Amino acid sequence: MLIRRRWEALTEVAIELLIRLCGISAILFVFGIFFFVFREGSAFLFHGFKFLEFFGSTEWYPTSQSHVRYGVLALIAGTASVTVLAMLIAVPFGIGAAIFISEFCGSRLKETLKISIEMLAAIPSVVWGFIGLTLMNPLIMKLFGAPIGLNVLNGGLILALMSLPIIVSVGEDALKAVPDSYREAALALGVTRWQLVYRVLLPAAKNGLLAAVLLGVGRAVGETMAVLMATGHAVKIPASLLDSVRTLTATIAAELGEAPVHSEHYQVLFIIGILLFMITFVVNLTAYLFVRGIRGK
Amino acid sequence: MNDHHAVFQATPLTRRKQCSEVIAMVVFLLMTSLIVLPLLLIVGYLVYQAWPILSLDFLLTSPKHGMRAGGIWSPLLGTVYLVVLSLVIATPIGVLAAVFLNEYARDNWFTRIVNLAVINLAGVPSIVHALFGLGAFVLFAGLGKSILAASLTLAIMTLPVIIASTNEALAAVPMAFREACWNVGATRWQTIRHIVLPNSMSGILTGVILQVSRAAGETAPIMFTGAVFFKAIREGHLFAYGLFDQCMALSMHLFTISTQVPDVPKALPYGIAVVLLSTVLAVNALAIIVRVYLRSRKKW
Repeated sequence: MLIRRRWEALTEVAIELLIRLCGISAILFVFGIFFFVFREGSAFLFHGFKFLEFFGSTEWYPTSQSHVRYGVLALIAGTASVTVLAMLIAVPFGIGAAIFISEFCGSRLKETLKISIEMLAAIPSVVWGFIGLTLMNPLIMKLFGAPIGLNVLNGGLILALMSLPIIVSVGEDALKAVPDSYREAALALGVTRWQLVYRVLLPAAKNGLLAAVLLGVGRAVGETMAVLMATGHAVKIPASLLDSVRTLTATIAAELGEAPVHSEHYQVLFIIGILLFMITFVVNLTAYLFVRGIRGK
Repeated sequence: MNDHHAVFQATPLTRRKQCSEVIAMVVFLLMTSLIVLPLLLIVGYLVYQAWPILSLDFLLTSPKHGMRAGGIWSPLLGTVYLVVLSLVIATPIGVLAAVFLNEYARDNWFTRIVNLAVINLAGVPSIVHALFGLGAFVLFAGLGKSILAASLTLAIMTLPVIIASTNEALAAVPMAFREACWNVGATRWQTIRHIVLPNSMSGILTGVILQVSRAAGETAPIMFTGAVFFKAIREGHLFAYGLFDQCMALSMHLFTISTQVPDVPKALPYGIAVVLLSTVLAVNALAIIVRVYLRSRKKW
């Protein structure tokens, strides 16, 4: 009996240890990601890396023989342009959809729409890229008379559709968190639902909706395959919606295969990885703080 | 004759209100339609274009003639390998991590940091996961470009899916269940093992299924860690890949065929896209069915 007890106690301790280890695994992995990406890029980062050229120059000639330049300004502009366009479309539509789902429709329709959102979110990014390549590309060429349909417009539309699901679902959660007493109080004063949305719900759910938008931004900035396939491959600051661009993520995906391991070019791609990691880290951290803000109330 | 109408005659103000009510409804409905329409359009368009090539043969033969003919057997099998292996790695870690967050952790700064780490892990771009996999597994751990390295990368990337879903399920188990169990002398782990986990099976299962869907569709993380453009394998053989082999994958194959290989038959890439998309959507539908079914059986 006593032996069995001891055995049980031992298992208990061992399992608790295992669970605690798994519990901190997420922290380990996040640090691991930063560490290993940093490790691969560090040699160049500390020797010969020109900070000003990196952020200040639009010249990206990593494989040039005589004129090697690693300026990512054009790549940052590429990422920014598709992300901004995607958000201009996805934010109003996403929040509108969240309002409709949370305030205007019955429970049956709500279930259907939620399933539809889940399905939309499940479409793999490479399939989105393929859609951009085969469906949107000729469509944009025909509608706008552009020489090539792989451009900011194409990538922005695709990214808008890709970041819609997260904006809608997080936005809906935020609206759901607004107490019903707010709605009842407003309705008792005789407001229309339009006014209810504008004057009561949006201000009350402000933080959660901001978090939703930020998560959408994070999704759009980090997206790789879809923008790799849909935005064309021109490393330049876009002047119009119909210009081709190259994003930070697409550059890594397109060039890592050809860069010799531990060459300067290879290390610069890892430095771009660190940059992306830090951008999404800050965006997600801010979103998290906004969400905690709601819970705290 | 109009008397009874007169009683309920709307004032201009009411009418204006009703009007704005309808307008609001329609505007928001239109916005919502942007979620549903693309889904239907995309699926319809892809299936329409792929129709001529879809057959059982397409699934069961490997690509031939520089990938311009034949089917998708070798990438399909590669995807199955990657998904199953990443599932085996991610599930225990993810479930136990959720158990920690929900059953062991107190509400203090440390738990908040763990939560934040999970959220950040979910937000790390897939290409950064690829860089991590390349640096940590392929080069540092010396696994080389292999199925194992790619699966490990996928596992870490999809971990948050399992953690989030399990966490939600565990939190839904009423506290009274645990208290009853503790009161008859069960230890913490016994309570978790016999009461908490069985009662949250539906959520765990949903998380696992969603992990499968996510892992099957990802391209960037496997591109530099284990997936290759082309690899010939023995046909009709289920164990054609080894753990340290490189493999083809469905998502990668779609990328290769549609961007790197000239002169492919028109329907071929659509066929790959349809198989990939329908697999992912079917798996997601399964997750939804499991959730609805098990929720309907829940007694509390």
